[in-house]
Amino acid sequence: MVGWAIAVHGGAGVDPNLPTERQELAKQLLTRCLNLGITALRSSVSAIDVVELVVRELETDPIFNSGRGSALTEDGTVEMEASIMDGPGRRCGAVSGVSTVKNPVSLARLVMEKSPHSYLAFSGAEDFAKQMGVEREENGYFVTEDNKGMLKIAQEANSIVFDYRIPTKGFESCGVGVESPIRMNGLPISVYAPETVGCVVVDSQGGCAAATSTGGLMNKRSGRIGDSPLIGAGTYACNICAVSCTGEGEAIIRGTLAREVGAVMEYKGLGLQEAVDFVIKERLDEGQAGLIAVSNTGEVACGFNCVGMFRGCATEDGFMEVAIWE
Amino acid sequence: MAGWAIAVHGGAGVDPNLPAERQEQAKQLLTRVLNLGIDALRSSGSAIDVVELVVRELESDPFFNSGRGSALTENGTVEMEASIMDGAGRRCGAVSGLTTVKNPVSLARLVMDKSPHSYLAFSGAEKFAKQMGVEMVDNDYFITQDNVEMLKLAKEADSIVFDYRIPTVGYETCGTGVESPIQMNGLPISIYAPETVGCVVVDSQGRCAAATSTGGLLNKRMGRIGDSPLIGAGTYACDICAVSCTGEGEAIIRGTLAREVGAVMEYKGLGLQDAVDFVIKERLDDGKAGLIAVSKTGEVSYGFNCVGMFRGCATQNGFMEVGIWD
Repeated sequence: MVGWAIAVHGGAGVDPNLPTERQELAKQLLTRCLNLGITALRSSVSAIDVVELVVRELETDPIFNSGRGSALTEDGTVEMEASIMDGPGRRCGAVSGVSTVKNPVSLARLVMEKSPHSYLAFSGAEDFAKQMGVEREENGYFVTEDNKGMLKIAQEANSIVFDYRIPTKGFESCGVGVESPIRMNGLPISVYAPETVGCVVVDSQGGCAAATSTGGLMNKRSGRIGDSPLIGAGTYACNICAVSCTGEGEAIIRGTLAREVGAVMEYKGLGLQEAVDFVIKERLDEGQAGLIAVSNTGEVACGFNCVGMFRGCATEDGFMEVAIWE
Repeated sequence: MAGWAIAVHGGAGVDPNLPAERQEQAKQLLTRVLNLGIDALRSSGSAIDVVELVVRELESDPFFNSGRGSALTENGTVEMEASIMDGAGRRCGAVSGLTTVKNPVSLARLVMDKSPHSYLAFSGAEKFAKQMGVEMVDNDYFITQDNVEMLKLAKEADSIVFDYRIPTVGYETCGTGVESPIQMNGLPISIYAPETVGCVVVDSQGRCAAATSTGGLLNKRMGRIGDSPLIGAGTYACDICAVSCTGEGEAIIRGTLAREVGAVMEYKGLGLQDAVDFVIKERLDDGKAGLIAVSKTGEVSYGFNCVGMFRGCATQNGFMEVGIWD
């Protein structure tokens, strides 16, 4: 019997000039969510239940980019997506384009368990949500003043938020005023909103699970789907590991990042940390991203090739760490 | 210099009682589109252009389940999805929830080449289509009398079409009258509509590309997304291979089928056919699916674990084969 392990993240790609107060708030939230998960694991709750409950908490808190506090579309609305995967049996569920569902990760779980499909989106997902009687809110509930401000800055910066291309103009006329050479998804890092929250868990039975949730890319086109709801890209769990990713969507999709960790463990015989390092180094090319992972032997690992990733991890033997930078 | 190679498919899971005339029509269509691709390859067309042109042809022909001739949603409408991937650089584009776009694969290509994102869906995708000026038609254009009949049968069979679960009721009251113990996605095979079309190509420069397009699951909920638009599940291309899958959506998604072929080639050192066989055997569990694949060294192969897959393949050295059964 192995020990349990848990990791959470609040997005990769962090402004190095983020005010200390905000950094503290982020670490407090990560700590709180980690402890929620730890308490559940100590009560022998299963991995799939723990990842859902932790991500629900992250969605409900407005600090990170998921549920309430989601980044805004170019129209100023919120379009959320999430996916969840249960390692034993590799069952999965995902949703995209939800705009009134208070906890997208829970809807994704219902898709997995109570619908005849694996992935529902937009009005079809909203209809399913109504039928399932999940908690719903007006779109305004998810919109925060912070994000309205960020959207304005992003639009004033006259930059289109790219999944992967560097804009050829716009930075010179950026009204942000903070000189920063660092960019993610074509936006100056001071304006970029890290894109997701996620949680991975291995429970005391060795069962692994993962879940990821997001409001997506700041200033995105309505209808844009990122990596977070895509099984194998943003989320993956199998019998040997569970992974949740964050960062530049296209890089994660074309790199099938979440699946890759388990693939190199299984096919190349790498251990968890080695697999994470390999994937971050080899599969991203110029893309910037990060991920958290656990293995069925109770290990936890994270990796990222960008500036910062909000994260926390803990294992049954007492190890606990919450961090933002390298 | 390796020779070019091409494969096409029109879906996996075929009614063994399919009338001979329909089998002939299918083979003629597969032959015709194969030849289209071959002509383009002989004129040094690039892999990405060839897969797009071949899949456009399959979408325009009403025979298979994509574009015109798509399977119908539970509401009797058509909702199409597609994805395309260029092995060189692993660039990709995908669309879901299209209702008026004549050639979904071409819109997926425009997402890849001309949008700042990787995956657009539903009204956002339709809006992008208008901006791009692609050919658009009324939803009726895509609906065929054949499929209207099939939907009626599916509803009369009183079965919900599952992505992966076998219905516990319904088959006993099935009104179709054709006794068939074979089921795909919970539907008797006589009603099941194979779900996709696809094409994979390696060109004379050794570049690989893949594209997949579909109307999706017969009688599906609105908003249901299957494996076809999901990079790593239904479609994948990298520098060593290109893959397009078809069959039970959830099985393909949870098995990350398309990515897996390249992963075992790269990480286990398997050759193309060995990799295809391995993936079909090991990654599907109880799921039923098939796939076509090419390698950068000019090989072509396919595999499926269900009853039949409409397919055709050809290589530069003159090999050509069109088939349905084992």
